[in-house]
Amino acid sequence: MTVFSLIIINKAGGLIYQREFQPGLRKLSTNDYLVLAGTFHGVHAITRTITPKLPLLTPTATASTPTSASSNLASPSGTSTPIPPTTTTTTTTTTSVAATTYTYPIPGVPATGLESLETDKFRLTCFQTLTGTKFLLFTDPHMANIEVVMKKIYEFYADFVMKNPFYQLEMPVRCEAFDRNMNGWLRGRT
Amino acid sequence: MSSTTKASRIGEELWKTRVDKVNAELVTLTYGTIVAQLCQDYDGNYQEVNKQLEKMGYNIGMRLIEDFLAKSNVGRCANFRETADMISKVGFRIFLNIAPTVTNWTSDNNQFSLVFDENPLADFVELPDDGRAQDELWFSNILCGVLRGALEMVQMQIEAHFVSDVLRGDDTTEMRVSLVRYIEDEMPPEEE
Repeated sequence: MTVFSLIIINKAGGLIYQREFQPGLRKLSTNDYLVLAGTFHGVHAITRTITPKLPLLTPTATASTPTSASSNLASPSGTSTPIPPTTTTTTTTTTSVAATTYTYPIPGVPATGLESLETDKFRLTCFQTLTGTKFLLFTDPHMANIEVVMKKIYEFYADFVMKNPFYQLEMPVRCEAFDRNMNGWLRGRT
Repeated sequence: MSSTTKASRIGEELWKTRVDKVNAELVTLTYGTIVAQLCQDYDGNYQEVNKQLEKMGYNIGMRLIEDFLAKSNVGRCANFRETADMISKVGFRIFLNIAPTVTNWTSDNNQFSLVFDENPLADFVELPDDGRAQDELWFSNILCGVLRGALEMVQMQIEAHFVSDVLRGDDTTEMRVSLVRYIEDEMPPEEE
């Protein structure tokens, strides 16, 4: 049940917060943390763009192609055409468009990018909010319910950082109440 | 329809369990004082007051969205219609305990109206009788800014303005919200 440390990266890839929760952890230099944040931000973006995409064959596109073709064939025989006469031209365009459009395996759910990274000794869990801020939590690899911790940290962030009127958005977080509450809560859990 | 009821349920649940309540008069009086002070400071230039209120709202919205997301735990909306339901049934619900009606959609689904049956900001308010406030001041204009700020943070550029207000003697209080565009991930120019 160990949370080692937390890093917060703003939506531009800048490091805005870094804290250890275990006494005596070896620290990196400030510059290394900045590089780590920037690098992670880049890798995260890359993992999003390399998400495999499937060719877009929406039900409507696949369905309309054969039906419109068949109805056009059927129309001379006297059956009513449900689709306007222009379909012949549009059919060809939709198929060509469909062939060049790609989508994620589950359309409507955007690609998230790197969510966790694990070694024998630690696990790094990344949670990106819808606003683009990333929370990186370094924990014991066997720790369970990381999402609960993550959610709580996000709430602390919303409360003590975002609601502090003197905190400037996207700038480094120096909010004492945020540290205090988070530390207290994490200590209470162990 | 199902997304509407789902949003209502989320809003209801959050309001009951997660939201700290504060005395309504405190909110109404604080907001009223701010608007009155702005009217004084800008010497009755109501266009400027509207602008300042919108700007204040914008700054609130950019911060409030994180609270909204952290509390509600909802994911990204699939389309703008879902967004509208979220705003009305969850957003307004947890922050003001109202749920304005979403209506008057344009056919392209990019514009809708929020009709406020009640407006806690405007309780007890009568606009000044100077012959201009009734035509120029949008008393609750801060709300337009809040929506703009909040949605901008979740990659939607919108435009919001009031089109009628019961304070002005209109039958309804209605805000028009239009989606300008979805903001794609943009690389900062210096990273070229």
